[in-house]
Amino acid sequence: MTAHQPPPLVSAAPAPGVAPRKDHLLLAELVTPSARILDVGCGDGALLALLRDRTGADGRGIEIERDNVAACLARGLSVIQGDADTDLADYPDDAFDYVILSQTIQATRRPREVLEHMLRIGKRAIVSFPNFGHWRVRVDIALRGRMPVNETMPYTWFDTPNIHFCTIRDFVGLCEIVGARVERAYALDGRGEPVRLPLPWWAWNILGEQGVFLLSRS
Amino acid sequence: MTAPAPIADSTLAREARNQADEPQSHVARFGRDEPLMMDCGTALAPWQLAYQTYGTLNADRTNAILVCHALTGDQHVANDHPVTGKPGWWTSFVGPGRPLDTDRFFVVCANVIGGCMGSTGPASTNPDTGAPWGLDFPLVTIRDMVRAQAMLMSRLGVEDLFCVAGGSMGGMQVLEWAALYPHRVFAAMPIAASARHSAQNIAFHEVGRQAVMADPDWRGGRYLEEGARPRKGLAVARMGAHVTYLSESALHRKFGRRFQGRDAPTFSFDADFQIESYLRHQGITFVERFDANSYLYVTRAMDYFDLADEHGGKLADAFRGTRSRFFVMSFTSDWLFPTEESRAVVRALNAAGASVSFVEVESDKGHDAFLLDEPDMFAAAKGFIDGAAAARGI
Repeated sequence: MTAHQPPPLVSAAPAPGVAPRKDHLLLAELVTPSARILDVGCGDGALLALLRDRTGADGRGIEIERDNVAACLARGLSVIQGDADTDLADYPDDAFDYVILSQTIQATRRPREVLEHMLRIGKRAIVSFPNFGHWRVRVDIALRGRMPVNETMPYTWFDTPNIHFCTIRDFVGLCEIVGARVERAYALDGRGEPVRLPLPWWAWNILGEQGVFLLSRS
Repeated sequence: MTAPAPIADSTLAREARNQADEPQSHVARFGRDEPLMMDCGTALAPWQLAYQTYGTLNADRTNAILVCHALTGDQHVANDHPVTGKPGWWTSFVGPGRPLDTDRFFVVCANVIGGCMGSTGPASTNPDTGAPWGLDFPLVTIRDMVRAQAMLMSRLGVEDLFCVAGGSMGGMQVLEWAALYPHRVFAAMPIAASARHSAQNIAFHEVGRQAVMADPDWRGGRYLEEGARPRKGLAVARMGAHVTYLSESALHRKFGRRFQGRDAPTFSFDADFQIESYLRHQGITFVERFDANSYLYVTRAMDYFDLADEHGGKLADAFRGTRSRFFVMSFTSDWLFPTEESRAVVRALNAAGASVSFVEVESDKGHDAFLLDEPDMFAAAKGFIDGAAAARGI
């Protein structure tokens, strides 16, 4: 937006100068330039705006919260108020180069169907999610006997949109079930940086706070 | 005007009658060499469109916005109405600092073909007879309205529209614009609209038309020549239609079961309830400014609208290959053009690979919400317009 224009009415408008999230920067590295991208559960559009500005992406979004959709519009993004669980069925096959599900799969009612639609609509799918196998979660449950509440999982069990938590290992299992090929996978540490060490799955499943997967149809 | 004004008419009604041929507006006149090719097969000529403009067209001619009005609206979007003296019907949306910012954009709105505020319609004088067209006027469609607007914009030197925006029937025109002239529409904003008029809506329109035609003063459509006006019929049509523009909760909030100027029922058919009094007032004031035949024609145009049918039965094909960006908006309490109708448009646009945004605004004000003070609607529309303007470089 140029300087002479009045400020947008929406309070959640883009805040220039706010550093992009680390996991968003990683996603921006995963996509090819000028790709057609659908961000499912795009929130206030921060990731879509980043992908547009850094990679020249032609981005679209689906977002369930009305205020977030308005914030996306104020960023000049094309976003539909809708529900990942019901609205993905409306998109034609191969409509996008990438379909992204960033920190949202745990909030869907039917994660398997959402993932299947993503692989149908997009040539590739990118999924990032909080890892329920992280050691801190294990400590909370094993030693404290409590469901975890922390920065990555800020909700109490009785008041959370997150109804389908999984571990990195669990997600690999779902990929096998739906026939998705894992092209690249990352475990992100508490700072959102990829764990660069060459470790086996079980170690990632303990050290990673988040999992990020680039998938294609096998 | 050739026919003498009926003695019984109020000053307002006479003023409205004058607007049909000699409006207080800009008028684009199209001669016999520039006929309007209509869907019914008629080549209408001569014909004219009455229009208003706000703001200034930039040197590149890239900042024009066409506003399409709804069933009983007209071109007076953002100025006081010449007949009623009331503010324009969309001053909340069009003006300095508004979502359609007249400090930045050149906003045009034309009375639809078939209307009664200066564009050629059944109340206009038929040049071949010197009498009002009446039912001799050819049936108009939404596509005819859009074709006429396209000729107007060309006349104004605007080939590429930055945006076409409108609610209800205006939204139908927006969709038709995007389908008929995709290369001329950069951004499209249909609000509280649909790509086809539903059976329920056709039914309501039919009730209204029958009310008009059942009034003996309709005189088979020749009331203007015979110095009569089907006031009661048109008022009843308006009363019925007005209910469909509201919602149960809005009616309850505004009127409840409250009595009008009395403490108890009168045990008569007087307007005991506030809602009755309100509806009667709506009916009476509408009759003063609107032509009954025009009401028949324009409701019919909406009934005939089925954009998918115009494209082989598949709505997505109406938008195939479009490069326009769309913003579709609906309202939670709108039961006349419910959200599902807007979602059908969004689905079709997605299937066509179009750039589309969609918001369902939370409101209890029913279909009329798009005309009212809805901050969420303004914020979303402003975001879309500003984003599109940035993409267009204006």
